[in-house]
Amino acid sequence: MYILCTVLFVIGIYSIIAKRHIVKKIIGMVIIEYSVNLFLILVGYKAGGIAPILAKGQDVAEFASKGVDPLPQALVLTSIVIGLGTLALMAALAIRLYEKYNTFDMSEINRLRG
Amino acid sequence: MTVFYVLMVFMIIGAIVAVETKNMLSAVIAVGAVGVGASVIFLFLRAPDIAITQVIVEVLSLIILIRVTIRADNYAIERRQDNFANIVGLVFVGLFLVFAFWAYKGLPEFGNPLMRVSSSYLREGTRETGAANIVASVILDYRAYDTLGEAIVLFTSILGAFVILRPKGRKHTSEKDKGSFGIIEDKEIKGSR
Amino acid sequence: MEGMTKIVKTVARLVIGFILLYGASIVIYGHITPGGGFAGGVFISIAYVLIMLAFSKKVAMRKLSNFAASLSDNLGAFSFFIIGLLGSIFSGYFLYNFINHGTPFRLVSAGTIPLSNIAIGVKVGASLYAILVALSIYGRVLTEKEEE
Repeated sequence: MYILCTVLFVIGIYSIIAKRHIVKKIIGMVIIEYSVNLFLILVGYKAGGIAPILAKGQDVAEFASKGVDPLPQALVLTSIVIGLGTLALMAALAIRLYEKYNTFDMSEINRLRG
Repeated sequence: MTVFYVLMVFMIIGAIVAVETKNMLSAVIAVGAVGVGASVIFLFLRAPDIAITQVIVEVLSLIILIRVTIRADNYAIERRQDNFANIVGLVFVGLFLVFAFWAYKGLPEFGNPLMRVSSSYLREGTRETGAANIVASVILDYRAYDTLGEAIVLFTSILGAFVILRPKGRKHTSEKDKGSFGIIEDKEIKGSR
Repeated sequence: MEGMTKIVKTVARLVIGFILLYGASIVIYGHITPGGGFAGGVFISIAYVLIMLAFSKKVAMRKLSNFAASLSDNLGAFSFFIIGLLGSIFSGYFLYNFINHGTPFRLVSAGTIPLSNIAIGVKVGASLYAILVALSIYGRVLTEKEEE
């Protein structure tokens, strides 16, 4: 299970290293972000657990013994929204590069800069 | 248990399609498929908060990525293959997988987490904070500094986007020289043309 | 070229109210049911983005201008900070949950958590809408200038 999550991470890294298109690099970043979030939640999963939200009239001791880990969920919740902010920042950079050099190709941009 | 493996394989196939396809629009939509698969897997991992947030963030990021790719010539770029980068990428990927497989022996097994702090959150959370949603009580009560930092990061990122995209400050360069749209390296571009 | 076709406009006009309402309910009930400030804020921002895509950017800017978006962004972050500061004044710890907790499972309970949820929701919604406005309007202006 962890290994499959790492395969997802590795696909993102390959996309960042080997692809020339800027949007492909951004897509690699997005995939890495998903895989890291998923990994944190996977670490906190308890087999046969219940969601960390107390229902009305539920016994607290039973809830504490069966609930999944709430801490990674809270941290991932903030990290998803931050990921959206960084994605918008990267998109702004890509638009600006396209306006300046009229291409999305990384090596072409390197060549034009001289 | 099987549903996790099926969804993970679905996400991996979506990621491979997103990375390898030539058409940019279908690559972006494949990323959307990966995100929706992630949200369904969050739902099965008993994390409804994150499932809601993931779905809706996925829609917004799809809009942003389509805005980036919508008016560009995307086909001509990946004709030439860059063999050196491919080989370096594959070697790095292999090394990373080997080390990750090595490192996962130290982690607790899947479905059997180590919960020292979290079990006390689960036990005391409702009594101490009065909120039934333990995730909300962790975000906004126990670890509210984290949320404050998140607000600052989001603010900084929109500040950066505004500064990068603003149209002022380069009007005079475009009047002088319509070909180039640069601020900083204007002279260099003129020199190279 | 004012917005999309008539079908899209009609459906959007019907749906936007429900999206806003759902986002607000997710924000307000964030301490009892799943959800919270982050998810609800993104819902609110996506309602305005739907206005911007379906009609046009002028209509969306008339509903909520760029200045108002950045103002409410700052206001949300600042009110969250103020809540933390009030906690440090009343009890000695920054971001301390100083209001009486009340009984669980009621709407008015859990001290400062609903107030912080509302602040975070306003902040996240306004800032994401501002990002989308920046991406669409500033980029559009430049590409039009490029085409001349």
